[in-house]
Parts: sequence; structure tokens; C-alpha cells
Amino acid sequence: MVTRGFFGRNSGGDEADRIPPGQHVVDHWPVLTAGPTPRIETADWKFTLKIGPKPVKVWNWSEFNALPKTKMTRDIHCVTTWSKLNTAWEGVTIDDILADAGVERLTEFMLAHCFDGYSTNVPLADLASGKAMVALNYEGQPLARDHGGPARLLVPHLYFWKSAKWINGLQFTERDEPGFWELRGYHIYGDPWREQRYTND
Amino acid sequence: MTERGTRPAVWQTCTITEIVEQTPSIKSYFLQLSRPFTYMAGQHVDVRLTAPDGYVAMRSYSIASAPSASDVIELAIERLPDGEVSPFFHDVAAMGDEIELRGPIGGHFLWPERPSAPILLIGAGSGVVPLMAMLRHRRDLAQSVPTALLLSSRTERDVLFRDELLSLETADPNFELALAITRESPRRTTDFGRRIDSAMVAEVIGRLPGMPEHVFACGSNPFVNIAADGALMAGLDASIIKTERYGG
Repeated sequence: MVTRGFFGRNSGGDEADRIPPGQHVVDHWPVLTAGPTPRIETADWKFTLKIGPKPVKVWNWSEFNALPKTKMTRDIHCVTTWSKLNTAWEGVTIDDILADAGVERLTEFMLAHCFDGYSTNVPLADLASGKAMVALNYEGQPLARDHGGPARLLVPHLYFWKSAKWINGLQFTERDEPGFWELRGYHIYGDPWREQRYTND
Repeated sequence: MTERGTRPAVWQTCTITEIVEQTPSIKSYFLQLSRPFTYMAGQHVDVRLTAPDGYVAMRSYSIASAPSASDVIELAIERLPDGEVSPFFHDVAAMGDEIELRGPIGGHFLWPERPSAPILLIGAGSGVVPLMAMLRHRRDLAQSVPTALLLSSRTERDVLFRDELLSLETADPNFELALAITRESPRRTTDFGRRIDSAMVAEVIGRLPGMPEHVFACGSNPFVNIAADGALMAGLDASIIKTERYGG
């Protein structure tokens, strides 16, 4: 349905094919969080890899920072309809985390856990093969607290609620276990190109 | 486990039945739903505008009206100077126009089903919209749960729903209203003439008969950070503080 009198700011430029349906490009970086912004000192930071309930390996901040670093420049897409192009990240790929723990594909699904109690589910296929990382830097600087610092998950090809802020662990799960927003009306997978915003989209 | 508020939402066409200028920058739009839905106080809808060339712009707006049997919902939309959708609403949209929306959406920022312990609401500008739905719902159900609203606005004229909030406070001994007016002196001695800070949050908590067991804060990210940090410093647990920040 065409809306009477609406013409929009359709960029129509070179970037149009990089913007998923229903999204618009922003230059700033909106912050959306369901609760207070936690303060996590790197001295207290740790990251735990689990298989089900069982911890497999724990890294402290310096151990984690000693893992191989990878740079990634990607477009990101928030379910609230903003997209930000060419965001430049550096961190540790999920492949390198699993390799350091000596773990391979144990189950098909993972659940990311965070210092503030947040969680989100992502299939292993969307985390492995260089598709995702635990990001430590943004645009060459330590990741700001508002944006998930010291470390956040980055899964740039899914809606950005999957890129969990303040991450403190990854857990292999037997089934695809819905996380925080997935239990509260948001899509289990969240592909922006298929507009999988809400449950049953 | 499934939380409240997770039913799937389909797109529908609704009709603007009334437009009310609330403040110099905020107007209320009353929308007649073609497919009425039930919703909870605090939920939002997605609005979709389509240009003749097929371009689509979509934004989320909180519902200001209380859940009721009515098939009309109220959205209060602030005009953002660099916006794409809000200027359309302010400059173009007229009564009788048809708008597409889907909802209700949101299963987190929700008024509790049977509240008993005190509740603290903190909002800035149009961030009061979902909080207003909560207060109207509380009033409609004659709930007596002690509730305080700390609401920040630039001037008295910018206080969204000001008259209704003042009447509500007069009529209800269990509701406390505290305005934070940032660009002029407040008219009431119980209001604040400065920007929000931790001391202000602590003082408003002190006006409740007990420590709140739910906090809802809505506004810009910097505002919500100060509000949430203030609540934490007052001794509240992070798990009871729910926040909603403006999108992009």
C-alpha cells in the first residue's frame, strides 16, 4: 500500500543493494539495551566455553587477548531498522576460540551468555568458518562500554541483537535454545535479508 | 518457557481518526485498527510507510493508550529534525489517512500483571509514552500499587501529557509525579529544575513507601544510563531495572 504523501529519503545510490528490506542507513550508532549498562573491569573479565553445563575452558583477559586476532569490516543491521555500513572490528574468531580449546563441532547450536544475564542463540554454522568473532576493538579502539565493551559477540550477517554485548561465554547446546529476545517475541534465527524480525516472520 | 507478549504480529491498515498537538514537538495520532488486537502496557507497534517507487520506511512507536476494548490506539510521535518518518507524520499525515502497522510487539518492557510492591518510572521527553500506557492501565484497573514517575522535559510546555499527569497525581494518593525541567524553573516545589542525576533518582525513590521492585526507564541512551545508574546507586538490583532507549 502506497502511503499518501510519503516519498522518503530513498538513497538509491551505490549502497542500495547492501541495505536489507525495511532498513535505513545511519551514520551514528544507536545504543539499545534492555537493562542497565554493566561495568566490567578487564581484571574481572573471563570467558567460559561450555558443552552443555560443563565448562571446557576458561580464559582471563590477557589469555584471551593472546589468541590470534582477526579484522573484519562489515555492514550491521539492527531489528529496530537502522543499518550501519563499513563497521571495522578486531577480535578473536569463534574458530580460533574453539581451536584454542581443542574443540570441534560438538553440537549444531550455541548459546552466547553475557555478564548482564542476556543470552542469544546462534547456530554453529553461523559462528564458524570466519563468520563471527568475539570483538574487542572497534575502529581501532577498545570497544566502548555502551557498545558491549570490553567484548561483544559479532555475527554481522544476522540482526544485531544476536551480536550479544558484554559476552562472557559460549555454550554448545543439543537443541536450538531460544535466548533473551527469542523468548520475548523475536525471531529464532534473525536473517535481515529475509526480514526475520519477530516470531514466525 | 514463553514470556508474555509473544504472539505473532501481522501487517494491517489503520486509519487516522484524530490528531492532537500535545507539545510544540509532539503530536498524538489516534489510529483505528482494522484488525483489533489486545496488547499490554509498555508494548509498541511498527509503522510502515511506502513511497510510490516501493521504498519502505519503518519505525517503532510505543503505544500511549491503555489496553482496553477499544479498537483505537494512541501513538505520540515527536518530530525529529533529521527524521524521515516523524516529519511525515507532523507535516503530511491527516485525519482519514491510512497507515500500515503491525503489533503489538515487545515482551520485556511490560507493566507487571499483578503489581504489589512500589514501582518507579523514569522517562524523558517522548520516553514517557510507554510509561503513560502503564499509568493509564493502572488507573483503569484502579490499582493502588505505589508508583512514582520522574519525568524530564526541557520546559513545562514540553511535558507530554502534563495536564493528565497532574490530575492523576491530585486524584491518587499512591501516585507521585516529579518533573525535572531542564531549561526553566519548575512551577511546583516538588519538581526539579535541573537535569537528572543520581541524587534526584534517590530522592524520588524516597517518596515511595518502600523500595521499588520494578523500575522502567525510557529515553535517550545517555539519559537512561544516568537513570539506571542512579537506581543502582540507590541500592536497587540490576535485574529489576528495565530500560528502553530510542532506536536509530
